[in-house]
Amino acid sequence: MELHLHGSRAVVRAVLDLLATFAGARPALAGEFTRRALENDRMDLTQVEGLADLIEAETELQRQQAQRVLSGELSLRVQDWRRRLIEAGALIEATLDFADEEVPVDVLPDVLGHIDAGISALTRELEGYGVSERIRDGFEVAILGAPNAGKSTLLNAIARRQVALTSEIAGTTRDVIEVRTDLSGLPVTFLDTAGLRDTADPLEAAGIDLARARALEADLRVVLTQRDDAPLPIELREGDIVKRGKSDIGEGDVSGLTGQGIDQLVNEIAGILRNRTASSSVAIRERHANAMRNSLSHLANARAAIDARSDDALIALHLRDATVALETMIGRVDIEDLLGDIFSRFCIGK
Amino acid sequence: MFHVKHRRPKIAVVGGGHAGVEAASAAARAGADVTLVTLRRDTIGAMSCNPAIGGLGKGHLVREVDALGGIMGEAADAGGIQFRLLNRRKGPAVQGPRAQMDRQLYRAAVQQAISEQENLQVVEDQVVDLVVLNGRLAGLRLERAGDLACDAAILTTGTFLNGVMHIGERQIPGGRVGESPSVPLAHRLYGMSLPMGRLKTGTPPRLDGRTINWSVLETQPGDPEPVMLSFLSNTPKARQISCAITHTNAQTHDIVRENLDKSAMYSGNISGVGPRYCPSIEDKIARFADKDSHQIFLEPEGLESDLVYPNGISTSLPEDVQERYVRSIAGLEQAEIVQAGYAIEYDYVDPRALDSTLQLQALNGLWLAGQINGTTGYEEAAAQGCIAGINAVLTVRGDPPLILSRTEAYIGVMIDDLTARGVSEPYRMFTSRAEFRLQLRADNADQRLTPAALALGIASRRRAQAFESKLAHLEEGRRILSESVVSNKDAINAGINLAADGPHRSGAELLSIAGVSAERILVAIPALGDLAPEIVTQLAREGVYANYLDRQDREAERLRKDEATPIPNDLDLDRVHGLSSELKEKLRGNRPGNLAQATKIEGMTPAGLNAILLAMRSRKKTGTDG
Repeated sequence: MELHLHGSRAVVRAVLDLLATFAGARPALAGEFTRRALENDRMDLTQVEGLADLIEAETELQRQQAQRVLSGELSLRVQDWRRRLIEAGALIEATLDFADEEVPVDVLPDVLGHIDAGISALTRELEGYGVSERIRDGFEVAILGAPNAGKSTLLNAIARRQVALTSEIAGTTRDVIEVRTDLSGLPVTFLDTAGLRDTADPLEAAGIDLARARALEADLRVVLTQRDDAPLPIELREGDIVKRGKSDIGEGDVSGLTGQGIDQLVNEIAGILRNRTASSSVAIRERHANAMRNSLSHLANARAAIDARSDDALIALHLRDATVALETMIGRVDIEDLLGDIFSRFCIGK
Repeated sequence: MFHVKHRRPKIAVVGGGHAGVEAASAAARAGADVTLVTLRRDTIGAMSCNPAIGGLGKGHLVREVDALGGIMGEAADAGGIQFRLLNRRKGPAVQGPRAQMDRQLYRAAVQQAISEQENLQVVEDQVVDLVVLNGRLAGLRLERAGDLACDAAILTTGTFLNGVMHIGERQIPGGRVGESPSVPLAHRLYGMSLPMGRLKTGTPPRLDGRTINWSVLETQPGDPEPVMLSFLSNTPKARQISCAITHTNAQTHDIVRENLDKSAMYSGNISGVGPRYCPSIEDKIARFADKDSHQIFLEPEGLESDLVYPNGISTSLPEDVQERYVRSIAGLEQAEIVQAGYAIEYDYVDPRALDSTLQLQALNGLWLAGQINGTTGYEEAAAQGCIAGINAVLTVRGDPPLILSRTEAYIGVMIDDLTARGVSEPYRMFTSRAEFRLQLRADNADQRLTPAALALGIASRRRAQAFESKLAHLEEGRRILSESVVSNKDAINAGINLAADGPHRSGAELLSIAGVSAERILVAIPALGDLAPEIVTQLAREGVYANYLDRQDREAERLRKDEATPIPNDLDLDRVHGLSSELKEKLRGNRPGNLAQATKIEGMTPAGLNAILLAMRSRKKTGTDG
């Protein structure tokens, strides 16, 4: 039954009060319906995780990512990898359990093919995990530069509000100031940092150390300069955006004060980050990444065992472990899956 | 419970096949007065299917039965006419000893073991009914001798439940050629409304060896150094022979394909499920249409017998078609069929109706073992018979049962699979079913199980002595290995593949390096030369997996803990919160006895397990369900 009510709080409250008088009626707990869906196999664990992210989604890209997981894309991928590993395991087991039957003698090339495909798929997915984690938690873009380069003014302009204190006095910003924004669907946190210079003031020095530390971890860095020939206060790395600030008082690319060049800068940042999201993974939790890392290390062991011409029973053991590690994401592995694959593939039986 | 402390338990075993003889022998060794009831004394130990014992997974079972003091291993060594260690080139974990049998010699060896066993008598009779008193089995009703009182009975009646043989369109009721089914006993079992299923299996036509042109065929000799099935044997007793190999061809396949509609299996006459690993020739050709040839092993059935068992062409086609396709095969152009191949369909009792000792839950005092539980194979039957026989005695005495864990025996894996999961096709052992395959090897079955057999008093004095001597020598070998220090250079000189620079290593460390054999370690550590070669070989086998054993031990510990956490029979599943209705349904159908079994129920989730654990815990606290 579904009740459609006039929206006033008083009406809703009165109906809820009335419902509460019925025996056995109680408000649903948070997540209770989802839990039921999980328990009744209507959703698997990864889908529940996707749903949780969907509810939390703030930006369009977060919504899209969560939606993909909710729709079961991660489960599908895991099942696909799992199928491959089961196939590899079945090939090995066939030569072990049916040695006196007409099964292929040298299955190792095929097994290696499956293992390598698994290794590369998992590696790719794990690389993408960094990006999907960013989509979930937000990219960090650090604004760096010498003192008084106009960093805080630039941040305020991007945020379209006064978030950082600005002044003519170099060294105004001491702490790292963070602003969360939605950059055309991308969750981006801009970091305003202390101006980088040598200083005797221990408090300012601490702020500069913090700035450098955060700059190292940032996904993207915007370095503001004042004069083209001035030495940069930080070692540039590939991908850094270097802009000459304060264009309002001379030659320059951007000005937080007048807004000149801000849109272009924001578009440039959004463009770069959006490109990176193309490689995003459907793994969205540390749990998923851990399962994949585990599986990957067992696959590496399996490969090493083949290279070392180890006992086939050991190769089989590593393959089984790799499969079980994947399974922790969605379900369980079963010997019947392996046997089923063997019997459908080879004509076993004298 | 019904306990007999002051006199010998009386145990009756019905059936003289591989399950029956092991059950009777085990129960007698365990101290019971045993009566083995069979239709014909001379069929005791008969091999109704292929003339071979052991193989992959199966060889492990034979060794385990042997380690428990059973008779199959020694009988097979007495009857063996061609011994091969399968997977010889692969690791020790998956090596399985196998031997071709002379049927007569094997049967004679089994019959001798039975007749020499104290407190075991054989009665030729037919069981027509069970005698039930106060809800538990009290005896058997025999057709001629009347009632036979017993404290427990073990039914090992194979395929007798509603057995039907199919040859083409012909159907003959019965469990084996020439034997009539026991109808009244079957009625009694059906009357108990046990869960049942239907299975099928098949045999090939038997050929007259004198009509085979052996000279054109590839032969397959036994191993030059035969590996025995029993820990107590050293060499084969019978003369050794070779088998031959031939192949089906396009013409064979055409004949079978043209006549598929006449096959009992394809005409719809058979409803039972057959094993995927033992397809009939019809199945092979229909399902693997792209294969243009299949291998056939021609296995002589004995030294004095002219019968040959063509392993690989079981069938339910009519006799005339059998003759045509057989004669299309190289070497068999003139072959005479002595007995036509047939398919057999039979009912089995869903083994989920049994407890972990193979006792029927619905009737205390009645045990089931062998093919009646949905398994296939002599070895699987023997292993169940052994466990049922021992446990029938222990239970009657009120002693704790012998339940082998998945972590210590293939027998444990099999019985757990059967009683927890049931079967969907005739159940056969595979090494891949054993999670702890690296530890559960055929070579160390005695190290795993003989201590339990000695504690129960079911192993002979001879076995006890052989085992204790082996243990002492292994211990000595391990001491030498751990105390010896071998320089990298000496190791390389001994032919061990190592980088030019490296540390000194103990013998144990050297053995765990891939590819280090017993021969190499003997060169590196001459002190080992004082030990018997088979002891050094055994140490080398242990070394292969040494690096993995710690980890597997931890996993085994976890599994044992789950196995040791019983789920109370009266736990009300309906009142366990957080279980889906589907899962509750499955739990009701496969009532798991312990936590380990619950984890293997299809669709079981970690959340579901937690819910069960939680319910068990809160029940402990409050004394109520839910």
